[in-house]
Amino acid sequence: MNRLAVPKTYKLAIGGAFPRSESGRTYPVHSFDGAFLANAAKASRKDARDAVVAARKAFGGWSGATGYNRGQVLYRIAELLEGRRAQFVDEVSVAQGFSAEDAAAQVDEAIDLWVWYAGWADKFAQVAGNANPVSGPFFNISVPEPTGVVAIVAPQQPALLGFVAAVAPALVAGNTVVVIASERHPLPAISLAEVLATSDVPGGVVNVLTGSAAELAPWLASHADVNALDLVGAGDLDGDLTWVDLQISAAETLKRVLPPEGGADAVAPSLQRIVAFTETKTVWHTKSML
Amino acid sequence: MGFLDYAPAPESRAILDLRDSYGLFIDGEFVDGHGEGFQTISPGTEETIATVSSADEQDVQRAVAAARRAYDTVWSRMSGSDRGKYLFRIARLVQERSRELAVAESLDNGKPIKESRDVDLPLVAAWFFYYAGWADKLDHAGLGPSPRALGVAAQVIPWNFPLLMLAWKIAPALAAGNTVVLKPAETTPLSALLFAEILQQADLPPGVVNIITGAGDTGRLLVNHPDVDKVAFTGSTAVGREIARSVAGTGKKVTLELGGKAANIVFDDAPIDQAIEGIVNGIFFNQGHVCCAGSRLLVQENVHDEVLDRLKSRLGTLRLGDPLDKNTDIGAINSAEQLERIRELSAIGEQEGADRWTAECAIPERGFWFAPTIFDNVSTSHRIAREEIFGPVLSVLTFRTPDEAIAKANNTPYGLSAGIWTDKGSRILAVADKLRAGVIWANTFNRFDPASPFGGYKESGYGREGGRHGLAAYLASAPGRSRPDESIHTQGAGK
Repeated sequence: MNRLAVPKTYKLAIGGAFPRSESGRTYPVHSFDGAFLANAAKASRKDARDAVVAARKAFGGWSGATGYNRGQVLYRIAELLEGRRAQFVDEVSVAQGFSAEDAAAQVDEAIDLWVWYAGWADKFAQVAGNANPVSGPFFNISVPEPTGVVAIVAPQQPALLGFVAAVAPALVAGNTVVVIASERHPLPAISLAEVLATSDVPGGVVNVLTGSAAELAPWLASHADVNALDLVGAGDLDGDLTWVDLQISAAETLKRVLPPEGGADAVAPSLQRIVAFTETKTVWHTKSML
Repeated sequence: MGFLDYAPAPESRAILDLRDSYGLFIDGEFVDGHGEGFQTISPGTEETIATVSSADEQDVQRAVAAARRAYDTVWSRMSGSDRGKYLFRIARLVQERSRELAVAESLDNGKPIKESRDVDLPLVAAWFFYYAGWADKLDHAGLGPSPRALGVAAQVIPWNFPLLMLAWKIAPALAAGNTVVLKPAETTPLSALLFAEILQQADLPPGVVNIITGAGDTGRLLVNHPDVDKVAFTGSTAVGREIARSVAGTGKKVTLELGGKAANIVFDDAPIDQAIEGIVNGIFFNQGHVCCAGSRLLVQENVHDEVLDRLKSRLGTLRLGDPLDKNTDIGAINSAEQLERIRELSAIGEQEGADRWTAECAIPERGFWFAPTIFDNVSTSHRIAREEIFGPVLSVLTFRTPDEAIAKANNTPYGLSAGIWTDKGSRILAVADKLRAGVIWANTFNRFDPASPFGGYKESGYGREGGRHGLAAYLASAPGRSRPDESIHTQGAGK
């Protein structure tokens, strides 16, 4: 008795909703052995701009939440992923051709990464900030604050782990993100976005675009309401465009830019990745005369 | 002479022993530059002070090579404690020669002697003293054990605080173990060249600090030199953009301190006397040639009239004139070019419908001068509320609620500094949280300290100068750590 499977429609994730690309475009996604998996949405410039608007709208609430609260929200992602572990092992395995064992190890690492980053949310300010002993009657303190809207070009692979390793640290400090998922293996990222939508992450905090990074990234790099650019996965873009072009474009609005990275470092847990998308605010408080 | 007139009280120039011409300071010696030399003038009188060499490509090459050689053979091998001792020596020599340096600074820059003497020079010495102590304590800078220097630092500084900006750049670079090629602004090279003499007196090894003079072309050659590992720039946002573009893909570490359009927010319960002084200090300190100047006054509507009346009467007591006069409050505008920009934007302010008020004061016949000016009834769309004027011009806007004040304060592509004036401590903390700016002064303004990080959000640049953060900008984690990058070290987990 063969039951006919019900395939999933993969769409974009913008502002807590799952729209198709406004352009109506899709592109076929294949498994490691060439079998057709799904038609992913091929996001357009308009979708990218909508995602930035959604991320900006969500920034006040997410950055204004307490570190304890953000930590719990991020930890809850790990909880939900744990429950859907089998689904992600399957998706990662089919997409990239990993053995079930290797795929499981990757999903576990991704889950543990959420746990690790969740724990930093109410602590990193104590490590990255400090009191300043100035020579005068002032209480002076420096604290890290989120940079704002961060656009991320996620690594092509590992599809799920690479995505989490780039997105999680940016969220810790209170940034909101627009992520261009792996072009070849976009499905785990969209499934993860579905998990986020049913978790406690507010809509608009994580916006996921699928499609061509070479087409989408220039619009994000030049967008005046994007504050920072994580090019971790922009090392090998299609066509003539290179990540250096994106950095040059980002200079126009003085975005903070992280260059591409490959290998184990790109997915390693990193306090530096949290701090990279923060701004140090120093406040001088006058002390009165007694 | 009336009751409130002051007799002239000029600081003596006799303490200065200037040469007619200055070369470039490369590899421990003054050498002639190959570019076309230029004259540096005193903006208060337009008289020529000295002729200064200009560095061309060949000179930049020599300076960077000298810095590289000094890094490889001397400075990177020296113990942190010995590097620190050199910095302590420099701090002491600056203190000993501070009057002379203050006179040179006021002469070349046009700022009042009481500012160069009482603000700039004490801070210059403090900056070297503070970072001297860091040189043998780098393990505690926040990058894990044994962080390493970056190598050769290219540093380009502006004309508004010539020697202080030099100290902000050179002190942390040397403490962290880098060597330096620094270019002062073309209108204010003098104090940097006197500082080179101090380096000779300190017996600093040749090539550790090289000072090359020239205009924008020289700076461009320096920043783009392939053997430079770190670029630190303070100046305009336009040039900052150009640098950000030119270093793309090179892996050079960059610190940019750029423009600002700071909001100085005055609530109706503010301590009014202090607030008036703070507003004046915020925008008229150093003729408003301050990137973090409080150039947008946001005053709560119900106290607007009182604040403006008192502000105008206070400005009436400021004395504009000879920078070397010890009674002078407002000195000369640094250059004819800058004066033209201030005039142009002020004219636009009038055209756009803001109400102009200018303090009555006698303007000297020679030199570059601009009387303290206030524009009232400014709206957020006016160019004088959006663009950096970099002069003694204050734009006044009003607000009714804290939310409105915050929205207006943040309504700018810049994010360098902000001020909050209120007697309510909890409101200070809440408003400070919401302001998107790197330095916030509560019931004070324009305070600087070597222990306190300084730098902007958004298009005011990135990186910090001052404090531990300013040190980390010149360091990288030790090789072999999981992420050899600046800032905080990483710890492996979950693997």
